[in-house]
Amino acid sequence: MKDHTEAHKKAHRARPPPMKSYIPPEFVIEIDDARCIRCEVCVRQCSYDARYYEPATDRIMTRDQNCTNCNRCVVFCPTQATRIRYNPMSYRNNSNWRPENIKTVLRQAETGGVLLTGMGCDRDYRIYWDHLVLNASQVTNPSIDPLREPMELRTYIGRKPDIGEIDLKSGETGLEYPNLQLEMPVMFSAMSYGSVSLNVHKALAMAAKEVGTFWNTGEGGLHQDLYDYGPCTIVQCASGRFGVHSEYLNVGAAVEIKIGQGAKPGIGGHLPGEKVTKDVSETRMIPEGTDAISPAPHHDIYSIEDLAQLIHALKETTDWKKPIGVKIAAVHNSAAIASGIIRAGADYVALDGLRGGTGAAPKIIRDNVGIPIELAIASVDHRLREEGIRNRGSIIAAGGIRNSADVLKAIALGADAVYIATSALVAMGCQVCQRCHTGKCPWGITTTDPWLTKRLNPQIGQERLVNLLRGWNLELKEMLGGMGINSIESIRGNRHHLRGIGLSNEELRILGIKHAGDY
Amino acid sequence: MTKEVHQISRRNNPYKEDKVSEACGLFGMMSTKGRVFDGTAAIKAIMNMHDRGNGLGGGFAAYGIYPEFREYYALHIMFMSKEAKRKAEEYLPEHFKIIASEEIPHDDKHSPPDPPELWRYFVSAPREVLHQELKEQDNYVVKKVMEINTDISDAFVFSSGKNMGVFKGLGYPEEIGRFFRLNRYKGYIWVVHSRYPTNTQGWWGGAHPFSILDWTVVHNGELSSYGVNRRYLEMYGYHCTMETDSEAMAYAADLLMRKHGLPVEVMANIMAPPFWEHIDRMDQKKRNFHKYLRMTYGSLLMNGPFTIILSHTGEMIGLTDRIRLRPITAATKDDVVYLASEEAAIRVVEPNLDRAWIPMGGEPVVGKLTPQAMQMHEVSGHDDLRNRKRRDDGP
Repeated sequence: MKDHTEAHKKAHRARPPPMKSYIPPEFVIEIDDARCIRCEVCVRQCSYDARYYEPATDRIMTRDQNCTNCNRCVVFCPTQATRIRYNPMSYRNNSNWRPENIKTVLRQAETGGVLLTGMGCDRDYRIYWDHLVLNASQVTNPSIDPLREPMELRTYIGRKPDIGEIDLKSGETGLEYPNLQLEMPVMFSAMSYGSVSLNVHKALAMAAKEVGTFWNTGEGGLHQDLYDYGPCTIVQCASGRFGVHSEYLNVGAAVEIKIGQGAKPGIGGHLPGEKVTKDVSETRMIPEGTDAISPAPHHDIYSIEDLAQLIHALKETTDWKKPIGVKIAAVHNSAAIASGIIRAGADYVALDGLRGGTGAAPKIIRDNVGIPIELAIASVDHRLREEGIRNRGSIIAAGGIRNSADVLKAIALGADAVYIATSALVAMGCQVCQRCHTGKCPWGITTTDPWLTKRLNPQIGQERLVNLLRGWNLELKEMLGGMGINSIESIRGNRHHLRGIGLSNEELRILGIKHAGDY
Repeated sequence: MTKEVHQISRRNNPYKEDKVSEACGLFGMMSTKGRVFDGTAAIKAIMNMHDRGNGLGGGFAAYGIYPEFREYYALHIMFMSKEAKRKAEEYLPEHFKIIASEEIPHDDKHSPPDPPELWRYFVSAPREVLHQELKEQDNYVVKKVMEINTDISDAFVFSSGKNMGVFKGLGYPEEIGRFFRLNRYKGYIWVVHSRYPTNTQGWWGGAHPFSILDWTVVHNGELSSYGVNRRYLEMYGYHCTMETDSEAMAYAADLLMRKHGLPVEVMANIMAPPFWEHIDRMDQKKRNFHKYLRMTYGSLLMNGPFTIILSHTGEMIGLTDRIRLRPITAATKDDVVYLASEEAAIRVVEPNLDRAWIPMGGEPVVGKLTPQAMQMHEVSGHDDLRNRKRRDDGP
């Protein structure tokens, strides 16, 4: 074990920087010497090499500049001897040259490249969820008690007929379009194999199966071991076409064409070669150790009619038995684009907002491109209704959904269901330290290093995910019941149950809601 | 919400309410043999439920009252200003052939305060529409009624069917009944509503029944799903100008039964569907059927408490929400079907009932004219209805 640790450390020891870094450490690692028992758990847990044991002084020493504040050491220290603080050393107050801006310039001056980061946009753009409040029944209609009465969350994703065709004599119904049946309107969003570990995929697949919902492969194909989970899997087809073949397309319950991602609208996926292990290379169908960089656009889709052709081709491939969806990043003209997508024959459109997560994205794009998901849901739902085509496709909202209230607010604004990814990773241990792109995730999530990936036990991951969804499920039912609603379809697009707090008239108009206190 | 919708609601919802919630009393009676009787019994029954209303709205719908004009649309219009009447009377001849018009007879001595001007016009569609199918004529009238209600401020068409009429206003229903002298009309269906709005000052147009063509709805309840029902209906060209649940109900019924040609039982399955846990246990055919309905018409699930009495030529239907959060009692005596919020209201007009029962949530009670009676009261060439009868003849 010890040898392994040493080997690992060697492999992961950061190469000396080409020049002296002028960036002060962001965090300070503190160790309470009275509590520390020199067990070296923290040393072994830290994949960033921020700690080492110094036998000469019999002390744990730290390299603060390497610390990402991932909390792995804090959580695993058996004596609670360690904690991480922000480095109190600060720059002179300046509203313009905030520490973040100074450090970014320094980092760029030292590396000369596009700065990468992980997770969703962390800037303080307005988070509309936190400015929306929900309604409840009082007196004039009774709230419904979910402990004592049925409460329905079942949701269908896909096209619905505009007019019900029913043969009254035989009771036969008309044409049914392929739909996904969700037992609750929450799915796991796309995270590719390679950006996350196989154990993460396993946990997601098992949890989706147990809960009766779906998980999404992301753009890196589906590992052979997980083909059994096909019926609860949405397989993705992105611009790199990694791991896309006929068997893959047919094993899933639905196929999703990935046009864009909220964290990096306008550019393709990026998997650093360090993460492309043998298994990943086989699944993605690319050589081991090579960067997997998806083209920015699909080079067979330069316009909407090309998208219609790909949708059609995928429908043909899957024998018209599976819904074909299209995922786009929420951008300024999402409403018109979504309308085009639905008219092109897609069964659902997935919108990924400004705060959508990523395994690796240029920081400048993540933090500056796209629009908040709340506004995108409202405008897309409104536009599709205005054009009378809302029945033709479902809306899935993604990007920045943190709890069950966010889910309900998204649905009340007009989404059919939501995708969660960061929440799911957090459930499995992620502390949102934003270093996914390094491939060294100490929690064994966004890494393919075998020494790290075994830190996530798929069964425990599944249990934690199922617990999270069960909790949300119960909370959704409580909130719905409080509104006097016993079925999720009666809140979908029902903006009467939303009010805004502290929003401008323009924001209220776009969201299609009133201000709190207005009746 | 679009600018357009804002404008519409500003014109027709003077108090700018988001949604009117209310509790109510309702009563309906129908002779399935098509015998006609005056409004006295309906007034008596609703008086017995006086406490279910608060005087902020009462109204009646009566079927079979204009036999001499049975092939013409009877437009009942209220004018809140002289200007509105002038504009409407310019508009009407441009878009309809007017057969007769008069002020709706009323009793000024028993008038509730500030009644609007109330007129009725018996009209047919213009010649170019007349030779089209009846369904097209109906659609034409719906469109024109919507136009008047949205484009002419202070004018409001509150009844537009053939051989039927809605009479409603601000006051207790018994006052409204006396005001309109309903003891002078004879119909085979009488439906009446007493309103108890909780958040409105009330206005004449906001009283029940709500009506489009010969469809009327009286309604007790507050739909928690109103926002989605309304937005779904907007996609099909219905604009809920009065912002009340009942209006949404009326439009939903019109869409499902008239436009989509679905029978009442299917409509009941859409508005008050069985729960998934029940559907999952049905045999495959039934399971597919209900799944198909819920997938297609999920946005017309009427969630939250409601009881409605929905009527159109030849039919009166009672329905409660799927967990029966509002009361309804049904009863029969010979050829008469009764529906009421309270059994006492039925017994006050007919103490010796053959049968009285409380229907299950989501289970419709349907009163239907017999085929002979239907011939008697059928409005001219009511195409749609004949189709439905044919279908019902099947197994």
